[in-house]
Amino acid sequence: MTEITASAPATFTRPAQARRDIGIKKRYRAERRFRAYGMAAILTGLFFLFVLLWTVISNGYTAFLQTTITLPIEFSEQVIDPKNERADNPAKLMTANYPLLVRDALIKALNIDPSNRALVKQATDMVSASARTQLRDIVVNNQSVIGTTQNVALLAEGNIDSANKGQIDLNVAEANRKVKDTQLGWMKTLTETGAMTKNFNTGLFTFGASSRPEAAGIGVAAVGSLYMMLIVLVLSLPIGVCASIYLEEFAPKNKLTDLIEVNINNLAAVPSIVYGLLGLAVFINFAGMPRSAALVGGLVLTLMTLPTIIIATRAALKAVPPSIRSAALGLGASKMQTIFHHVLPLAMPGVLTGTIIGLAHALGETAPLLLIGMVAFVVDYPGSPMEPSTALPVQIYMWANEAERAFVERTSGAIMILLVFLVLMNLGAILLRRRFERRW
Amino acid sequence: MNMMSEAAVEKALDQKMTTVPYKMIGKDVSVYYGDKRALFDVNLNVRENTVTALIGPSGCGKSTFLRTLNRMNDTIDNCRVTGKITLDDGDIYDAKIDVVELRARVGMVFQKPNPFPKSIYENVTYGPKIHGLARAKAELDQIVEQSLQKAGLWNEVKDRLHEPGTGLSGGQQQRLCIARAVAVSPEVILMDEPCSALDPIATAKVEELIHELRTNFTIVIVTHSMQQAARVSQRTAMFHLGNLVEENDTDKMFTNPDDQRTQDYIMGRFG
Repeated sequence: MTEITASAPATFTRPAQARRDIGIKKRYRAERRFRAYGMAAILTGLFFLFVLLWTVISNGYTAFLQTTITLPIEFSEQVIDPKNERADNPAKLMTANYPLLVRDALIKALNIDPSNRALVKQATDMVSASARTQLRDIVVNNQSVIGTTQNVALLAEGNIDSANKGQIDLNVAEANRKVKDTQLGWMKTLTETGAMTKNFNTGLFTFGASSRPEAAGIGVAAVGSLYMMLIVLVLSLPIGVCASIYLEEFAPKNKLTDLIEVNINNLAAVPSIVYGLLGLAVFINFAGMPRSAALVGGLVLTLMTLPTIIIATRAALKAVPPSIRSAALGLGASKMQTIFHHVLPLAMPGVLTGTIIGLAHALGETAPLLLIGMVAFVVDYPGSPMEPSTALPVQIYMWANEAERAFVERTSGAIMILLVFLVLMNLGAILLRRRFERRW
Repeated sequence: MNMMSEAAVEKALDQKMTTVPYKMIGKDVSVYYGDKRALFDVNLNVRENTVTALIGPSGCGKSTFLRTLNRMNDTIDNCRVTGKITLDDGDIYDAKIDVVELRARVGMVFQKPNPFPKSIYENVTYGPKIHGLARAKAELDQIVEQSLQKAGLWNEVKDRLHEPGTGLSGGQQQRLCIARAVAVSPEVILMDEPCSALDPIATAKVEELIHELRTNFTIVIVTHSMQQAARVSQRTAMFHLGNLVEENDTDKMFTNPDDQRTQDYIMGRFG
């Protein structure tokens, strides 16, 4: 004991060596520098995200409002059905001269001389040509309106809508402007009388494709997307999960399975347009499925989503601790019981997260759909996945090609709707993960 | 009086260890992991209603031997077992033997407590359910109570059977795992360092439990702690570098071993 205490100081009193300069200040500086780089990287990312959202929202929020002109329309029998033959020939109602009703209503409301053709033309140009179908639908659905006068909210024409939202530069010379000064004057009177109002644009959500921006909406495209998402979910989840379980739990570890694994990882990075080519070759040219159909789109997107789901599922299966497997096997559970009673339920949050991320990816995918003919002008809702349809991102792509100001705002509006869907799906993935996450 | 007789029986058992019949017989057991040989012709027998401790330095093959007894090595891809192991005269590596049935007869408790992330009740009933031992709720309830009682856990958890088993303390979790193994009424229970993740108090409880379980079950335990081997076992086997060095009554092993290497290991000269 005494020896130890005696020898202890000796070790500390050996000749003091000069400590090497390890550059403490430099180390701290390096750390601060690195932190600054990291902050700069994050701020750059946030800046661009902000710019993106700002551009989209500032351009697009007006798409959710639509100008309407409410006019007292006189459903004159003279115009609609002068020979009173609608009882025998209902098709007569389909071809009646409805624009004339609008013209008459406008002449009355704006106090125009009916013989001044130029002026009348300017007035009728203010109302969307979709008024024809709008009035036709009213009459066909309810023949008793004939002979009465009803207040009908007609969609304003796209340029008038833009002007009403202040999006048209009035400093431009009148000759070069889409909206003339007379029309501006009428807009003022109509607004003052309460005929011209801005309302929530329900049409954006329900209409299909149209060359007139005021009558164009994402409704039909959304249904096409919905069909495709259902097909992707129904096909890729079971196929992906089965493939991953087999590869992860049952397949022997050899060169072949290694090769398959490498290929699956590579497939996840294959440009999506290549899947479109594959779908075109296999599903349309070889299997003879219809073009532009949501079925083919869904199949192509399934192929594209599979690698994502397989990779996520395998990672989730791998993350289940081996002790759980040992416990089940040690109790005499078979391999399949072990997997389906214990491993898969524990991996489920990861599987679902992977699936939802894959679906979100598929929802936003455009390129492969271009190749299988889904860039289509689809006006009517597809009744089944076999009928021609289009998809949300494709609709955005098509609107982005249009020049009218009203299509610009609709493009951004549709992007906002798509983003909301994607955010909701990702939120769902996060909530599922939180809800089912277990600790062991 | 009852206590006395039990103690007397125990003492008699301890004294006449060599006359207790064999439950499992391992003959020339060798294990290969790929090209690497992990066990060299081990001849080791396990006696009925006895605690057999397997000791030895890390990597000596004691866990590997333990896992051959219920064919848990089958789950390792490139593992190969040669030799013969019998359970009550039946070859457990026979092609006709169903590993599911074998593991129902030879249960296992692992190093780290590994309850399923389910309720305590479900943890205990999982084994009986997959083996078809019970279907009715009443039967299952009874099995749960009996198993937890045997594992000395009943009083601690009887009011929270439907809370997750992972919420228990480490020692309680390990006893839950023992209850889970007991619930399928095995004949042999294998324990792979069951106390290495537990604190001394929990360890003492598990050791006490092993002592009690011995009356109903044959127990083989792998342990790193020689004191534990001395405390809980009647027979001890010492492994070194894949060879069985010595197998003897525990008393003799820790006082007067036959082999010099055992002596050195027990004295802490290597390992």
